[in-house]
Parts: sequence; C-alpha cells; structure tokens
Amino acid sequence: MEQPIPALKLSGISKNFGAVSALTEIDLEVHPGEVVALVGDNGAGKSTLVKIMAGVHQPSSGDIAFEGQPVTLNGPSAALRLGIATVFQDLALCENLDVVANIFLGQELNPIALDETAMEVRAWTLLNELAARIPSVRDVVASLSGGQRQTVAIARSLLLDPKIIMLDEPTAALGVAQTAEVLNMIERVKARGIGVIMISHNMEDVRAVADRIVVLRLGRNNGVFLSTDSNEDLIGAITGASDNAVSRRAARRVEAPT
Amino acid sequence: MTTDSEKGLLDRSDTRVRHETGIADTLRAFAGRVRAGDLGSLPVVVGLVIICTVFTSLNPIFIAPNNLVNLLYDCSAVGMISLGIVCVLLLGEIDLSVGSMSGVASALLGVFWVNAGLPLPVVLAMALVAGAAVGAIYALLRVSFGMPSFVATLSGLLALLGFQLYLLGNSGSINLPYGSWMVNFGQLMVMPDWLSHLLALAPGVAILVLGMRRRANRARSRLHPGSGRGLLVKALAVTVGLELAVFYLNLGRGVPWMFGFFALLVMIMNYAITRTRWGRSVLAVGGNAEAARRAGINVKRVYFSCFMLCSTLAALGGILSASRLATSSQQAGTGDVNLNAIAAAVIGGTSLFGGRGSAWSAILGIIVIQSISNGLTLLNLSSSWRYMITGAVLAIAVIVDALARRSRTQHGRA
Repeated sequence: MEQPIPALKLSGISKNFGAVSALTEIDLEVHPGEVVALVGDNGAGKSTLVKIMAGVHQPSSGDIAFEGQPVTLNGPSAALRLGIATVFQDLALCENLDVVANIFLGQELNPIALDETAMEVRAWTLLNELAARIPSVRDVVASLSGGQRQTVAIARSLLLDPKIIMLDEPTAALGVAQTAEVLNMIERVKARGIGVIMISHNMEDVRAVADRIVVLRLGRNNGVFLSTDSNEDLIGAITGASDNAVSRRAARRVEAPT
Repeated sequence: MTTDSEKGLLDRSDTRVRHETGIADTLRAFAGRVRAGDLGSLPVVVGLVIICTVFTSLNPIFIAPNNLVNLLYDCSAVGMISLGIVCVLLLGEIDLSVGSMSGVASALLGVFWVNAGLPLPVVLAMALVAGAAVGAIYALLRVSFGMPSFVATLSGLLALLGFQLYLLGNSGSINLPYGSWMVNFGQLMVMPDWLSHLLALAPGVAILVLGMRRRANRARSRLHPGSGRGLLVKALAVTVGLELAVFYLNLGRGVPWMFGFFALLVMIMNYAITRTRWGRSVLAVGGNAEAARRAGINVKRVYFSCFMLCSTLAALGGILSASRLATSSQQAGTGDVNLNAIAAAVIGGTSLFGGRGSAWSAILGIIVIQSISNGLTLLNLSSSWRYMITGAVLAIAVIVDALARRSRTQHGRA
C-alpha cells in the first residue's frame, strides 16, 4: 500500500543563531486530521521549529514539503497563503480592536469598503463551530478572558480554511474548564481533516488529544511516542533519562559512598 | 433581555449578555462607557462649551458670527497639519517636524510661484511631493534603522527649518499677490448661503441612508439590526446642529471654502481609518505591531503610508497658512505651529499611546486650540499668555488621556 502524502513534511531542518545551533537535523511529518504533539524541555527548540513552519524564521538548512511539494516559507504571509495557520502563545491579538477585526486582521473582506456585516456573520459562524462562548464580537479583545482570547486566536486561524494549524502552548495560563474547552476545540478542528501541531508542557493535555508525540531534546529529534506509551519512557526522552541531574547524582553516590 | 423577536439572531444567542434596545438603553450604555474611561470626544465637547462661555462672558465679541468665521479660517491650516498628526499618532509614533515642513511648503510657494512665476498647480504639486518625500525618509529611518520617530523627526525639524531659510534667502519673506485665487481662498472665499445649507444636510442624510442600509443588511444576515429610533435621533441631531451652525455663520460672512475643504478631508480620512483595510492595519500596528506582522500585514508599508500622509498634509497645511497670511516668510511654521498641531490631535481624543483615536479629533481639537488663542487675543493678552494657557490645556488633555487609559485597563476595555 502506498503511503499517504503528509500535509507537511520537514526533513533535515537545522537552524543556527550565530554560534548556537537551536535545531539540528529535525524531521517531522503531519498528516491531515492528525494531532501531533511537540514536546520537550525548555530550550529544546519547539518554539523555533514552530516559527520556522510559520515563516517567521528561515531555516539554515533542510527542506520543507507541503502536500508533497517543496516550498520555501519566506514570511508569515507565505505560510498563511499555503494554508499553515499559527496560534502563537503571545502577541497574537490586537487588544485595541474588537473580536471581528482581530479574526479578519489582514484578511478583511472588501478592502476599500469593509463589509462589516459579512465579517460579523462569518465570525459568529466560526465561533459557533468551535462551540465557543463569546458575549459579543463587537467587544474589544482587552475585555475578554484568557480562554476567550485563545478561542478568538483559534477561530482566526481557521478563517482561511488551513490545512495545518499550529498551536503554541494553547492551554498555558488557562483554568481547568477553559483547558477542557480548548482541548474540545482541538478535537473539532481535527475532525475537519486539518492537521494539528500542538506544543505543550502539560503531558495530560498531550495524551488527551495527540495521535503522536514527537519529542525534541536540545534541538534534536529524540523519539516518537504514542499516547499509549508509558509516561516513564516519555519523560525519559524529554529529560534525557540516561543523562540528567538525578541519574548523575545517583552515579556519584555509587562511586563515592560516604 | 432577550425577547421573542430576537430568537435565532446570531449575536443574541448568549443570554448572559444584556443588550441595549431603546434610546434610554443607548444613553445608559454611553454613560457606562464614559465611566469606564471610554471617553471619546466627550472631554473636548465639554471643554469647548466651557471655553465659549468663559470668553463670551469676558468679551461678547467672541461669539459674534464674523469672529467665528475668522476662527474657522484660522482652524483650517493648522487643522490640516493636525489631521496628518492623527495618522502617525494612531501608529504610536510622532512627527515633530510638521511645523518646519509646513514652513518649507510655504517657502516653495513663495519662491517658485511668486518669484519664479511657475504655474500654481505645478508649485502645489511640488510642495506636496516634497512633503511625501520627507515622510518617506522618516519611515525609511524608522523601518530600516529602527530610529525612533521622535529623534528622526526632531532632526528633520532642524534640517527642514534650515532648508526653509535657505529657500527664502536674504529676502526673508515673500508676499503673495492680493487678488490672486490663492489669497482669496485663504481670506475671502465663502460658500453661497444656499450651498452651505445644502451641504449641512449631507452628513445627516448620509447617516440615515447608510444606517438604514446597514440595518437591512444585518436583518438579512440574522444579526440584530440595532435601534432604528436611535439612528433617526442621531441623524436629526447632526442635521439640526449643523444647520444652526451654518445659519449662525451666514449671519456673518458665511462658511469659508477653506474650512469646507478641511472638513471634507477629515471626512475622507475618517472613512479611510474606519472603513478600509488600510485603516484597520494602521490601528492594528498601533495596537500591537508584532501581532499585525504575524497576521500577514505589511507593517513597513503601513509606516510608509502614515509618515508620508502626515508630511504631505503638513505641506498642504503650510500652503493654506501661506494663503491665509498672504505671505511666505521665515516665521511660517515656527513657534507654536508644531505643538498646536500635535496638541489639537491629543486634545481631540487621539491617544499618544497608539491604536486609538479618530480623524474627528483633528477638527475638534483645533477648534479648542484656536478658540483659546482667539479669545485671549480678544482680551488683548499677549502671546506669552497664549503659550502658557495652551500649554496648560495640552497638559490637562494628556492627563485626561492617561487617566482614561488607566480606567479602561481597570474596566477591561484597554
């Protein structure tokens, strides 16, 4: 049987910032309707990888293929045009604009005479599809809660019917109920046949929704897990089980008993 | 409250939210917004009423129709500069060189139109292109070198002032010929009574027609159409207000064409800011430049457009002020022109912090500034007093802006 073509495939991606290599030879595949979790410790290179896929950074070397075609992402708008949408952890919304304006930012209908009615209808439709509860789309984003802002950001990423959505720590800083709502939203997005890449530090959230869990460690691939794999193996891959503070300390104690 | 007729409307599905329906509700919502620090043009309107009352009680000539006509002539030139300032303030940037830019434009007018005898349209185009070029340089410095606009335009202030003095050379000042169209436009030309009344009808009619069309559109799209009576009241209030103002001005010389031109540009700018993708991008960049960039907005282009627009409007303001004074001199654009233009935009309600404001603030703010200046002149107070009082008013306006901002943050409306 022939392998299905992945929606997005990275091969051998490296990124250097001066002398620091943030990413070395990273491979990653995302298929339509699949949730891939990207996990790793701080400084593992998750955010850098997301920024490369979003076109914010350009890789130092390596290839990106979108639906089987090699592409270069030389800016955020290039990634958007292809159908790679990103929900950034920070700096994603303009607090001085209302929900409709934020959802349609850069994609407004009818540039010289904004079609506010059509945009408002579409905004409500998107939010209803996500079963989101926003009091009014004419409120400025500053007046919304953290979960509601995340909802607006996800709704915005769905606007252009993307093939891939990347979520950078979508549940950080959210309460229990709001986290559950965001996870529900991710499942609804997945059901639409969109590939989802999700960064998270929360293993519970990751296991709840991810089909595959890709581990990065110090800028390198460090294993692919399924949500059924044991927590020990996963944490081991993230922290580097054979080489960490705990094991080194244990080793020292064996070598030099007091 | 959700009534039966509102069932099934997209924006009325959340029953937790209280929506305003009638006029009383609209007023209540307005009061709530003001308490939360969303002041809009309220402070400037209140300020204007106080200023008018004080000056009229000190010298009744202040409120005389002809004095108000003069006031509007004076407003148009600096107001035009202020309109450009609104553009850069929306970005959270500043242009401190608008006074010098207007001086350069007026010098160009004197040197090339009066002295060199070039045709007027050519010279006007030249001045406007010079303005656009200066704005492009500021934007270039901002986006390529990350030079704060505060510094870039401060050095521009000095350089342009030097260029103005160089252009005018030893003569120092050039008189524009009396009787020419340019001077008539700045000093004499007023609209015929019937035309001014007709034009005063236009905004009300536009509010009504566009509002009705918007309501029909929203109803078709299963959105709440908004209060029809509120729309009618608004249109009526605007129309009555404008007609009374025009009637009063027509008791004197009438409505200056120059002010009509200024008001037209303000309306165009208001449309551009609120109803076009460009305006949305400007507000977005002013609110959160990084978010705008990630949304795919070409942030550099937004910077270029705003700085160029600002300098071009400053050049236009310089031409208008030359025609108002019938001279282009070394003093043009110096002194308080710069600060008046910036103060007008801020007093009118455009925030210094970016992302919040409107084109109307230019017209409202400049009327406040010129009223103070005009009233103090009528009281025979020298410019020393005028400067001090205008400075105090600007300080008050910025304090109101900062307090309102703090209150908005507390009420979750920042």
